[in-house]
Amino acid sequence: MTRDESRTGTGREAREAAAERAAISVRPEFQHSTGSGSREKVFEMKGIDVLYGGVAAVKGISMDIHRNDVTAMIGPSGCGKSTLLRCLNRMNDLIPSAEVRGELLYHGEDLYGPAVDPVQVRKLIGMVFQKPNPFPKSIYDNVAFGPRILGRKDDLDATVEKALRGAALWDEVKDRLDSNAFGLSGGQQQRLCIARCIAVEPDTILMDEPCSALDPISTGKIEDLMIDLKQEFSIVIVTHNMQQAARVSDRTAFLMVELDADEDNRWGRLVEYDETEKVFTNPSDRRTEDYVSGKVG
Amino acid sequence: MTGPGAAAPRNRLAMAGARATTQAMLRDQPRGDVIRNAVFAGLLLLAILIALAGLLALLIQAFTQGASALSTDLFTNPPSTAFPEKAGFRTAIIGSLELIAGVILFVVPVGIGAAIYLEEYADKSKWWNRLIEVNIQNLAAVPSIIYGILGLAFIVRGPLDLGFILAAGSLTLALLVLPMVIIAAREAIRAVPDSIRQGSLALGATQWQTIRSQVLPASIPGIATGVILAVSRALGETAPLLLVGATVFVTFDPTPFSPDGYSALPVQIFNYAVRPQEEFQALAAAGIIVMLGVLLAMNSFAIWLRNRYEQRW
Repeated sequence: MTRDESRTGTGREAREAAAERAAISVRPEFQHSTGSGSREKVFEMKGIDVLYGGVAAVKGISMDIHRNDVTAMIGPSGCGKSTLLRCLNRMNDLIPSAEVRGELLYHGEDLYGPAVDPVQVRKLIGMVFQKPNPFPKSIYDNVAFGPRILGRKDDLDATVEKALRGAALWDEVKDRLDSNAFGLSGGQQQRLCIARCIAVEPDTILMDEPCSALDPISTGKIEDLMIDLKQEFSIVIVTHNMQQAARVSDRTAFLMVELDADEDNRWGRLVEYDETEKVFTNPSDRRTEDYVSGKVG
Repeated sequence: MTGPGAAAPRNRLAMAGARATTQAMLRDQPRGDVIRNAVFAGLLLLAILIALAGLLALLIQAFTQGASALSTDLFTNPPSTAFPEKAGFRTAIIGSLELIAGVILFVVPVGIGAAIYLEEYADKSKWWNRLIEVNIQNLAAVPSIIYGILGLAFIVRGPLDLGFILAAGSLTLALLVLPMVIIAAREAIRAVPDSIRQGSLALGATQWQTIRSQVLPASIPGIATGVILAVSRALGETAPLLLVGATVFVTFDPTPFSPDGYSALPVQIFNYAVRPQEEFQALAAAGIIVMLGVLLAMNSFAIWLRNRYEQRW
């Protein structure tokens, strides 16, 4: 709470409330140095627009995502945060009417360049979805699917075990690897999906509201997992849960819905992108402040 | 302003009125509604009784006539026109088995392939894909005799020119049930949720890997059910077979490509049924029992398969 003491003026109470939330939830062991500016960039977005059937869903997004960070995207429903996330591993390509404009660099390479194969992109940039979506197969086969299609069949047992350990699921499932994944609880299923994702050894993991279908205990486990996983991977998470963003992320992007003059069209716009602590305790944009303090939702 | 004391009697009055109205509404269901309900329930019951009565009449008729002729000889003895006591269905049963084997060989790859194309690859915003869809729905409703004429013109004669052989009959029946298989397979494929496809694609699987390893295995129970139902339809078909050569009275075991002709179970039943002698009539009835048994077994197996292996999402 100390960092808030010097503040006065309008919106102070709201700021304090937000700061309290952040202070409670950002556990000290998870805080670390970020935003040095010299850190390696995974994604560089420069003026990204995403259109569905010619209508913009997000406009003019420019932001960099750094290596080994957990980057959170927050914002109200319909602000295009999931749309933006799906650009990053070209999942939007699956929607025929979707179109991405602007420049999106991944480790300096144009992700939408003519020679880039979206299938290869998705091997490097994994994704975990909102609703756990295990395959209707055994736990083992769920995790082994990725390595198998990549032709990495040597020592598959070790790969599966490593991935399940990485997703903090091994101890719970090691005795029933052959049973159907549908028998797991929702939280276990989601961790299985994370294990499935890391078994492919991606470089980045995108998570689209990974805890929205889960209970608080499972959510806590997955949040802990994110903190562990960022040692090895870069993580981008979309969440509508501000406290979650405050708890797990190093940097936070706040997106907002913008309307045109006639209010006929709406699209998402990046309002603020900064270190998580700053976004939650001392945002530079009034709209961010209103959102993180719960004034608007 | 009236005080709380003054409001109380009026409140009581209002509540009493409301209660009386409610009681009246709860009690008096209009008489007309009661009668209409009963009439419609009766009519619906009648509808199902009519359907069952037809089936029951068929079963009773077949069993009373054919019970005397039922024996294992039916399966082992070849047909005969001269000695009804020795006549059986052996060659017809073998012919039917070979016919449906051919149907399965053709219909499974082609039907599943077409279904995969329509569900997973076809861009539904294109008019030709929508046209194909509508056509397949319509083809499933085309009378079977039309397929018989098609088989005669294009398979027995015409471009393929196979002659009156069993394989030509197989191919004709396969064309007949192909739309059924496509429709069933499409439904099974559509039942696999998109989240499974997305999960697979997000791991870097190609579209084909996703279909082969995720979509198809998850939809196989539904596809198998559709195939079995289609095959049982093919097994019972007579009309198209009459046009493509299954009319011959064969006393030898047929082979798929032999030009000597072939027969099938329903055609053989027809052949016996049109004979004047009582014994052949009984034989035909026994054949019907055999065929009903086979069809019932196949359909039951299809239902069991669906209930046992159907994936619930």
